[in-house]
Amino acid sequence: MTDVTQSAAAVSSPEVRHVDAPLRSPAAGTGLLEVFRRRYLLKLLVRREISARYQGSVLGLLWSYINPLSQFFIYYVVMGVLFNLHEDVENFAIHMFCGIIIVHFFNETFNAGTRSIVRNKALVQKMAMPREMFPVASMLVSGYHVVPQVIIMVVVCVLLGWTPTVIGVAALVTALFIIMVSGTAMALLFSAANVFFRDVSNVAQIMTNFIRFGVPMIYPYTMVQDRFGEFAQFYLLNPIADAVLLFQQAFWVGTTSDPAATAAKHLPASLWAFSGLAVVLSIVMLGIGQVVFSRLENKIPERL
Amino acid sequence: MSGTESIVVDHATKSFTLRYHRTFKQMTVAALRRQDISDTFKAVDDVSFTIQQGESVGLMGLNGSGKSTLLKLINGVMRPEGGAVLTRGRITGLIATGAGFHPQLTGRENIFLNAAVLGMSEAETRRKFDDIAEFAELGKFLDSPVGHYSSGMSSRLGFSVAIHVDSDIFLADEVLAVGDKPFKQKCLEKMQEIRQSGRTLVYVSHAAGSVRKMCDRVIVLEQGKLGFDGDVRAGIKYVKYDSGDETQEELETEDDDLGADI
Repeated sequence: MTDVTQSAAAVSSPEVRHVDAPLRSPAAGTGLLEVFRRRYLLKLLVRREISARYQGSVLGLLWSYINPLSQFFIYYVVMGVLFNLHEDVENFAIHMFCGIIIVHFFNETFNAGTRSIVRNKALVQKMAMPREMFPVASMLVSGYHVVPQVIIMVVVCVLLGWTPTVIGVAALVTALFIIMVSGTAMALLFSAANVFFRDVSNVAQIMTNFIRFGVPMIYPYTMVQDRFGEFAQFYLLNPIADAVLLFQQAFWVGTTSDPAATAAKHLPASLWAFSGLAVVLSIVMLGIGQVVFSRLENKIPERL
Repeated sequence: MSGTESIVVDHATKSFTLRYHRTFKQMTVAALRRQDISDTFKAVDDVSFTIQQGESVGLMGLNGSGKSTLLKLINGVMRPEGGAVLTRGRITGLIATGAGFHPQLTGRENIFLNAAVLGMSEAETRRKFDDIAEFAELGKFLDSPVGHYSSGMSSRLGFSVAIHVDSDIFLADEVLAVGDKPFKQKCLEKMQEIRQSGRTLVYVSHAAGSVRKMCDRVIVLEQGKLGFDGDVRAGIKYVKYDSGDETQEELETEDDDLGADI
């Protein structure tokens, strides 16, 4: 088999390195669990994404505040001042800011996640790694930007006489959990689909517009209830709407003069039941996202 | 306890879909004219072979014969639709000249990222960082974005990271296609080192001379099928038999010249 005489440099019979590892498929390690097993790589990807997002810009990270803040002022002036919505709703600014944080978190995850695999094609085509890494990293990057927004929120709320409550903290955690899971689910689904048809990222963009208006952000939930009565429960099937309401439970309710009355008036009575449903729903979505992703994954490198 | 096979390719098949028409309009027009909307071809077609640990195998074949696809199946970027590909231990190497680098990141950041993808820990990367940087000979460019690198520089960096990973299988796909002469020699030396250390080496090259020096077995792919598997000299002859003779001759002389002083 060997042709040692031919090769001058080859030293005959080199010692063979015996590997004490099982023979297995080189592409075996995929899936969300694998992503969290390789946390170091995930950390590098997240860090890379954060630095890449603001490369070449002077204001850098500040842009992630300017964007939601500008939205905040537009909505505040149009909805609050022009449409006079803050007459019925106490601390309307806080009410709205709760929505903006949640919606921004979800939309960023969704949009950046959808583009994540196409954007990282250099890595995807050449290196074997769990490709769920990229949508998950997008979610974590978006989550990274939520932290300072929540800090701003807490400071403002404390100034308005808000004190943390157990139920508030529970609501906060549940809301963030719902968005993280459902956002990752949508990012997984759409990122894989986007490889096959780049139209998908446009669809994602349109969907984010629906999301912006499909949650009680620029209008209070009471309005939905007044208009639709019984049918308002279908509105609550949207996990993101539930997450916004939970955020309002966590922050906005506590800043009003009579929190109990505000909660009774503006939040649905069955908020926690629907939130539980939203948690289950987002986990199911994540499961579906993972299954679809795994199905499509084999074709991803060749279709990029 | 465990077996001695390093890479087992068992009736592996991988086909690609060719898309003629991408937009909705084009697809409609094609459907009306009764043209095919898509077509598939087999890049790797029912290929089987086993590579033992410590073997050094040259993978040869014309352009488009499926060499890179086969390497992608072996390193796990792609999965075969039919058959199976099994490997033992950690795999690293270069596929189609250059690793997956992120163009916006600097060379330094890419070293860490690339090493992490290949399964190195942070501590391990830090330990080897100086060696990697030195081998790549990037000098002051280490801290500028890889997107600005010349193709030679980025493949040097890719090779340098891959070669410093403590792997059990090393895949080298046309590594020498872009590097300059001194670097080519360095690479060849390094690959000889790998071979000497008893690791499995799969080397893709059109250059008969370096395959002769580097490998003790040759596998030839022909339009996705296994054309030849066996002795190096016979393998090289087999490839030459099928390709234009003059060009191959040219390559060989150039290549021999290059490897002469190793």
